[in-house]
Amino acid sequence: MSWLKKLLPPKIKRSEEGTRKSVLPEGLWSKCSSCESVLYATDLEKNAHVCPKCGFHNRLNARQRIDLLLDTEGRFEIGSEVLPVDSLKFKDSRRYTERLLDASESTGETDSLVVMQGALNNLPVVVAAFEFDFMGGSMGSVLGERFVRGVRTAVEHNIPFICVSASGGARMQEGLFSLMQMAKTTAALTKLSEAGLPFVSILTDPTMGGVSASFAFIGDIVIAEPGALIGFAGPRVIEQTVRQKLPEGFQRAEFLLEKGAIDMIVDRREMKSKLAQLLAMLQKCPAAA
Amino acid sequence: MKTSFLDFEQPIADLEGKIETLRFAQEDSAVDISEEIARLEKKGQNLTKEIYAKLSPWQIAQVARHPQRPYTLDYIKLIFTDFEELHGDRTFADDHAIVGGLARFNGQPVMVIGHQKGSDTKEKLYRNFGMPRPEGYRKALRLMKLAEKFAIPIFTFIDTPGAYPGIDAEERGQSEAIGRNLYEMAGLKTPIIVTVIGEGGSGGALAIGIGDVVQMLQYSTYSVISPEGCASILWKSADKASDAAEIMGITASRLKTLGLVDKVVNEPVGGAHRDPAAMANNLKKALQDALKHLSSLSLEELLEARFTRLMAYGRTKEQASR
Repeated sequence: MSWLKKLLPPKIKRSEEGTRKSVLPEGLWSKCSSCESVLYATDLEKNAHVCPKCGFHNRLNARQRIDLLLDTEGRFEIGSEVLPVDSLKFKDSRRYTERLLDASESTGETDSLVVMQGALNNLPVVVAAFEFDFMGGSMGSVLGERFVRGVRTAVEHNIPFICVSASGGARMQEGLFSLMQMAKTTAALTKLSEAGLPFVSILTDPTMGGVSASFAFIGDIVIAEPGALIGFAGPRVIEQTVRQKLPEGFQRAEFLLEKGAIDMIVDRREMKSKLAQLLAMLQKCPAAA
Repeated sequence: MKTSFLDFEQPIADLEGKIETLRFAQEDSAVDISEEIARLEKKGQNLTKEIYAKLSPWQIAQVARHPQRPYTLDYIKLIFTDFEELHGDRTFADDHAIVGGLARFNGQPVMVIGHQKGSDTKEKLYRNFGMPRPEGYRKALRLMKLAEKFAIPIFTFIDTPGAYPGIDAEERGQSEAIGRNLYEMAGLKTPIIVTVIGEGGSGGALAIGIGDVVQMLQYSTYSVISPEGCASILWKSADKASDAAEIMGITASRLKTLGLVDKVVNEPVGGAHRDPAAMANNLKKALQDALKHLSSLSLEELLEARFTRLMAYGRTKEQASR
């Protein structure tokens, strides 16, 4: 291959349906899973993993998310000491402990939520970010406990709390303990409210089930990323129940905005400045110069 | 009404069929066979006791969903007086899958709210199989706020396969409605006593399930997902529902052991549907005890205990920070 061909993005036609992996060999090129444009991986990275051609928002992991929102200085992780246990000795086709181990190895995280105290354009905040690749961002006891510790820290320091959700819902492997995390996380927010502190909830692709139906919509301000799938029941379950085709764009962020379920849709690249502006107003801070 | 039997109750069904035949024969028989009938009835009781003593979680799930199981309105009739149903969420509609209203409990005004299933096809449809839409949860919250305003204790009764997974429910904010209830109930300034009377199906159950005392009837279930749902996701086969029921820990006794419910209310031999009046009696006693205990607390103590309970949910371990 000549040097010229190496530089120019090749025109690749998708040959078969269902090829999901967008990363091409060597990680140099990346293909947008929405518009199929071929992009420099580094360009994509610099663009907050948003396709510069079509604006498609690729999923982020928890730490990428935190990097986009928090200033680099003065970060402090909360709740990393809390770790999962298999209290039901749960085993389906595989043991829960094995699934945990696998998820840990593939993501480098110990559970599906990373909570970080830090500053957003110099405004002190606590951010909780979901790790979707850790068992589908499912909510179990660890997630609940870390969330609560994050809220508690926010109350102690009199600072806002931000949560960026990406989850399939409750973690079945923890049985009713996982259901009760819906109650636990949501109840913690009453303390934040009593202290007069803002909770901003950011819904990203996907935010479903027990996460959607607990704290996610309780934000003082609820923001979604473009195109994010957000809902209580999964589209397949609904389709099976009602036996009719779902409307175009059903359960997407734009649909939710139309239905009055969320305050706004914000492009990821503007999320930080938007948050800074909103929080400053809620906290009656002077406008940024 | 003729009792309908579950698969595992076949031996009981056979025996009761035999008794029925004998009774029929007795009517135009000169020979007195009443002793024989009494003997068989006793045997039937023992057989029921025996079978019910070793029900598997999956079998208990069947009893919890038994078509003749008493529902919220049955208990309201049997336990409360002067029930005045209050309708609607004031915004969209009156959801028939959740009923609620003012009533008297031993003379004391209370608010009663519960999921409601139907017993025949027509009523099942009317009640949407006990699966609420957002307006159901919003009605429930409206009634809870009303109770709070007048310092009236709240009893909720849980019996749902889950919140309705439909297009309209999503459009009107099913998630928000459930989440809002969780949030508001956590701080509601009046005692809340929660009883799972049948199926405690996931978020749709929890949405009226935050309280100061949480109890379950002996053969009710409470789970994060239905055994069938869990099986089809994790085993890729709904046939594994019985395994899923086993491992998820969905029964009253298991959840009591795990510390997730406060009390198990015993059911009559053969389940609540075999003797609703006796069941109601047991339940009434349990509700009385719970209310008496909660009434002895100040509002601050009540709310603090509720918050502490909520924060204690979950099992984790701790390690020194990495």
